[in-house]
Amino acid sequence: MSNVTLRNVRKTYPGGVEAIKGIDFAVDDGQFCVLVGPSGCGKSTLLRMVAGLETITKGEIDIGGRVVNDIEPADRDIAMVFQNYALYPHMSVYNNMAYGLRNRGMPKPEIDTRVREAARILEIGALLERKPRQLSGGQRQRVAMGRAIVRQPKVFLFDEPLSNLDAKLRIAMRVEIRKLQRRLNTTSIYVTHDQLEAMTLADILVVMNGGMVEQIGNPLEVYRKPASTFVASFIGAPPMNLITLDADEIRAQFSGDARANTEAGILGIRPEDLLISTEAAASGGLSLDLVVDAIERVGAETFVYGARARHGEPAISARPGELPPGEVIVRVPGQNAPAVGERIMVTAPRERLHLFSADGRRRIDL
Amino acid sequence: MQKQSVFHSPLLPFLLIAPQVGIVLVFFYWPALQAVWQSFLLQDAFGLSTTFVAFENYAELLQQPEYFNAIVRTFAFSALIAGSSLSFALLLAVMADKPLRGVGLYRTLLIWPYAVAPAVAGVLWMFMLHPSLGVLARGLRNMGLDWNPLLNGNHAVILVVLAAAWKQISYNFLFFLAGLQSIPKSVLEAAAIDGAGPMRRFWTVTFPLLTPTIFFLIVVNIVYAFFDTFGIIDAMTGGGPAKSTETLVYKVYLDGLLGGNLGSSAAQSVLLMVIVIGLTAIQFRYVERKVTY
Ligand SMILES: Nc1ncnc2c1ncn2[C@@H]1O[C@H](COP(=O)(O)OP(=O)(O)OP(=O)(O)O)[C@@H](O)[C@H]1O
Ligand SMILES: [Mg+2]
Repeated sequence: MSNVTLRNVRKTYPGGVEAIKGIDFAVDDGQFCVLVGPSGCGKSTLLRMVAGLETITKGEIDIGGRVVNDIEPADRDIAMVFQNYALYPHMSVYNNMAYGLRNRGMPKPEIDTRVREAARILEIGALLERKPRQLSGGQRQRVAMGRAIVRQPKVFLFDEPLSNLDAKLRIAMRVEIRKLQRRLNTTSIYVTHDQLEAMTLADILVVMNGGMVEQIGNPLEVYRKPASTFVASFIGAPPMNLITLDADEIRAQFSGDARANTEAGILGIRPEDLLISTEAAASGGLSLDLVVDAIERVGAETFVYGARARHGEPAISARPGELPPGEVIVRVPGQNAPAVGERIMVTAPRERLHLFSADGRRRIDL
Repeated sequence: MQKQSVFHSPLLPFLLIAPQVGIVLVFFYWPALQAVWQSFLLQDAFGLSTTFVAFENYAELLQQPEYFNAIVRTFAFSALIAGSSLSFALLLAVMADKPLRGVGLYRTLLIWPYAVAPAVAGVLWMFMLHPSLGVLARGLRNMGLDWNPLLNGNHAVILVVLAAAWKQISYNFLFFLAGLQSIPKSVLEAAAIDGAGPMRRFWTVTFPLLTPTIFFLIVVNIVYAFFDTFGIIDAMTGGGPAKSTETLVYKVYLDGLLGGNLGSSAAQSVLLMVIVIGLTAIQFRYVERKVTY
């Protein structure tokens, strides 16, 4: 049994920075847990606390039924893959992998068997005599993985292991990591700020923000029912469209269901759930009039950016990195799209609409 | 990418480097050439006549058991000074490489001895360890040790090594600290997760990664022990007692300036120069290539 449980875990750095503000979650034996969140939200801190590289200010971390708060990293039976790989520069690939086994006094023949087996799995058998500096980024990444798997630890910890690779290699390695984890069936915690990586790898997804958990769950569940506007815009690319509604608008939009009485709120709709159409949505659905102001063609799909055509409202300029208020993204399959400047109507059925409280912190369900 | 500066006058670049070149020529090449020339000459005891004798000074020098002893002694000194100051500096640097409170002050204080002139360092230690005046010497005597560097050759050697190594610790410390700080923290963390305790981590990861620094410092320290200890020896022991602290450099001075044997003295300094050139060559050709990762 090697489940990992965090109970009200907190971390305050010596300088007074409160990096983790009380986190609870559990990863079951053999599960792949992904921690995702924006830069600085405390993902690395949390992972390093599990590894034993940072002290735990408050709360408990439990690995395989044993509270590890006061246990040295070496004795926690975990292996970690670092973002910069952290290979030993002066050791050959073979020795990099054998080092942890030698430290534990394993007999030579067994070390050899394990290292060669790991090298075979990772297809680095031909590189065993090389030094890390003689390897490409992808090969170093494999060696770092090899160093983790030879130990056959209870838990793998990954801190953005793919972020130094180019886009193509990143996808290939992502698939490989997933396959490897399935095959070894080792409990894993994986940190990333790439939502695509998070979605594709996770059995259980932990979305973090500002040192706290925003939502925990199966990735598709999180995608389908984001618990806050933060999660809604973080998971999924392009992000969910968010439209602020006042009480009247809500009443009109959600008439006949329990949400209609909400004071004010934020309406959410994913770009792929919007459909360009000539007639208004069926009752209870959403219809928006847009003026197309930009088109992005990616090949298999096209993103249409439209400004909501509201009578008499001036266009508001956007802050950098944000959609201007009233801007809506529509995902259209294929390459057919309206022209810039064209007026279009988009619709979505009622069951695809999300509603959040006015501060965006809470999801309002039926 | 190549950086090119544009000078409007073709003369300007030469003018700019002229002072530097001038200094090197006047204070280094000129005396070096003079020493080489001098080493081929023989002067009579009164300095009245000079004859060209080619390599006779060298031949005579290399036959002297005394010169041979001085070579052995100098290498022993270098090994002792380099060994003790390097290992102690490494220890201090490892302790200073921790994120503790007051570490800044500790680092600054460790750098101070480097600002002390060699002769002053010599005097300082001499006062502490002088058989009749020294504070530390009294302590040693109270412990039942008959401490007397003025009469006992071994004690004199210890004294010189102590002062010379002490002065060099700051320099070594700085390089070690920089070397330690250039080792990625995550590599040491990986080793900790890999089950290596602090000691094992040091010897199997930190130390090997420091070898470029260590080799560089060994060369620098040997050169230092060869030459810069002159001031310390002169201030403390004057090469005595019974030549026990007479290193090659000090012998150049004794034979040339005090003994008046300029030819032999010049030959000795030329040999010293050859040794230093050799060490530097080793540093550049072997060490820089083989010990970096
Ligand atoms: N050693 C430290 N001392 C003080 N504060 C720290 C330390 N390490 C991290 N922090 C702070 O803790 C917070 C969380 O940092 P952390 O490195 O865990 O973020 P992250 O989610 O991993 O971000 P990224 O995606 O950029 O790696 C940040 O505000 C950071 O400034
Ligand atoms: Mg991080």
